[in-house]
Amino acid sequence: MSEITTPNRRTFLKGAGLALGAGPITGFPAIHAAEPVTLRYLGTAVNQSAEIARKVKEDLGITIEYIPVVTDEVTKRVVTQPNSFDLVDTEFFSLKKIIPSGNILGMDAKRIKLADKITSVFTKGEVAGKTIGDQGTAPKKVFYLEGQNGKTFANFPTEWITLIPTTYNADTLGIRPDLINRPIGSWKELLNPEFKGRASILNIPSIGIMDAAMVVEATGDYTYGDKGNMTKAEIDRTIKLLIEAKRAGQFRAFWQDFNESVNLMASGETVIQSMWSPAVTKVRSQGVPCIYQPLKEGYRAWASGFGLPKTLSGRKLDAAYDFVNWFLSGWAGAYLNRQGYYSAVLETAKAHMEPYEWAYWMEGKAAEKDIKGPDGSTLEKAGATRDGGSFEARMGSVACWNAVMDENTYMVRKWNEFIAA
Amino acid sequence: MTEIVLPAPALAADKPQTSLNAGERRRRRRTYLQAAPMALVFLIFLAIPLLLTLMVSFWEYNEYEIVPAFTLQNYRDVFEGCLNGSDLCTTVRTYLSTLKFCALTWVCTLLIGFTVAYFLAFHVRSRTTQTVLFLICTIPFWTSNVIRMISWIPLLGRNGLVNDTLQSLGLIRSPIEGLLYSDFSVTLAFVHLYTVFMIVPIFNSMARIDRALIEASYDAGATGWQTLTNVVIPLCKPGIAIGSIFVVTLVMGDFVTVGVMGGQQIASVGKVIQVQMSYLQFPAAAANAMVLLGAVMLMILGLTRIIDLRREL
Repeated sequence: MSEITTPNRRTFLKGAGLALGAGPITGFPAIHAAEPVTLRYLGTAVNQSAEIARKVKEDLGITIEYIPVVTDEVTKRVVTQPNSFDLVDTEFFSLKKIIPSGNILGMDAKRIKLADKITSVFTKGEVAGKTIGDQGTAPKKVFYLEGQNGKTFANFPTEWITLIPTTYNADTLGIRPDLINRPIGSWKELLNPEFKGRASILNIPSIGIMDAAMVVEATGDYTYGDKGNMTKAEIDRTIKLLIEAKRAGQFRAFWQDFNESVNLMASGETVIQSMWSPAVTKVRSQGVPCIYQPLKEGYRAWASGFGLPKTLSGRKLDAAYDFVNWFLSGWAGAYLNRQGYYSAVLETAKAHMEPYEWAYWMEGKAAEKDIKGPDGSTLEKAGATRDGGSFEARMGSVACWNAVMDENTYMVRKWNEFIAA
Repeated sequence: MTEIVLPAPALAADKPQTSLNAGERRRRRRTYLQAAPMALVFLIFLAIPLLLTLMVSFWEYNEYEIVPAFTLQNYRDVFEGCLNGSDLCTTVRTYLSTLKFCALTWVCTLLIGFTVAYFLAFHVRSRTTQTVLFLICTIPFWTSNVIRMISWIPLLGRNGLVNDTLQSLGLIRSPIEGLLYSDFSVTLAFVHLYTVFMIVPIFNSMARIDRALIEASYDAGATGWQTLTNVVIPLCKPGIAIGSIFVVTLVMGDFVTVGVMGGQQIASVGKVIQVQMSYLQFPAAAANAMVLLGAVMLMILGLTRIIDLRREL
């Protein structure tokens, strides 16, 4: 027992001494460096890989403690329990809820070394100089704050960034080519009676309704002013279409999490459904053919990024900036790119990837060798090409972004009506 | 603790003429004190949270905060469109769907639960066998109910075990779609999950029935069926009532089973509340929770009207 208690007391005394000396006396860098920092990282499990935590521990000595929750829960935690984390990885669309709550801090662009290298998708809403769709909560609309503690978004570049991007991607429909046997080229196929009882949509209201809106526009019935910010009448129209389809038995099931979508597709319960990119990869890795089908109306995109809680200060704040800088420096970016996501600073990620990997994932070229996932498993055989092609082709045809609408409350109520119908 | 012991003798010594009265009072106070810990637990973990929920249900909210106020808007939203008459509103529809599952599950669990309990209580003679069989009934509870639920999916799916078997036997040509993600699969999962909650209290009631009563019934010339309906069932009423309360409240508040087995396509009150909570609409969720609480209370009130639990126990 004594062996255990002694060092405990010693560390306690050291801690107390530090606390006492923290105010007036400064300049003990040796002790600072020796004290390990732990950052509580709040986010969805999708972005929280043990490999990244291991690597950052090795490179910076920072311990990452993951708090994995679902997308909506991240927002809820930031708004209701801002002291329960040191770093948050959240979707850009939730900023419309988070920023007015005043719980996160504008990030100082001067402290982010590669801030000006962040892809123009975020800063200007452009890919290779071409403007992409900005309906919904496009990141460029919420990227800058007017002041560090500001509650309003700036529509011009400032030195205060809301979130430093971690991952983003362009979502579309997943299909089972072996069970459909014909080319699929439009969002409207989701509600095609041909696939009655074999289609699915996700039961996350704010994302599901966007997919439905893509279908409505594809059928040519109606064109929205902004799919990501519908009027009440537009919500009614969209939900009405969904209810009709549901009553006609179009949907086999709705899904809410990653694994549900994988199971539905892999078991053949559904042959066409809204899907996320890594879910398609997972279905394929089970030996089941599945395509992340590019569609002529374009993609529904999403992006997430790091934010800092307002309560963060001192060494933890420094450590958080160090971690974010490390994240942008390439290793993590390459890691994410190999999973089919895109990283914020493409140049650094490229430097950490093999040329053949970069050609497959980012340039849409046929794989020269077998493509391996971050865990070493073979994802694709040599010769395969990525669904949707290159970064420019995929991100360049984004039509809209995941969003929080002004009429969000009404939309959720109507969505519940759809589920009850 | 000192409060219990100290003032009491002092009080008794001061007023000897009212000693009997004081003793009576002391005993009563002791009873209250004995009940106090439980009451405190109920107060802190049940009464106060409920009051808070009630309070919040009258508050206003926006995307990122809830604002103290007094508004009936949340309740108005719950019942939006219910007075139009032409088409059923979302809330009524949702409740009807939940009530349907309630009724179906109740009937199935009651029939199965009663039969199993009857077998255990009256047909198994040895105490040991009884205990062993009873424990076997609880084995499924060693795993999480989500796992028990999900294990049905590979069985019932379009290309699942049941469809495959039926097809290979040549009994059906194309798979039966309605096996999974349907009312059937939801009810099946509920019955599977909650039958034990019927078995336990009914078995408990049956075990207490004096065997002499059964013999007397037979001696008086009653048939087996008459004995069952006139002796066993009336004496099992408390068990049936308790089991029913378990099953009804569990089904009314469930949203996971309905979600997983219904393929998220079937509405449930719990799901509506969960969606609202995840969108930070706490006051709306609180209002829905209060309405649900009211509905379940009414059902239990109805049940206790039929069976006086207090007297029967």
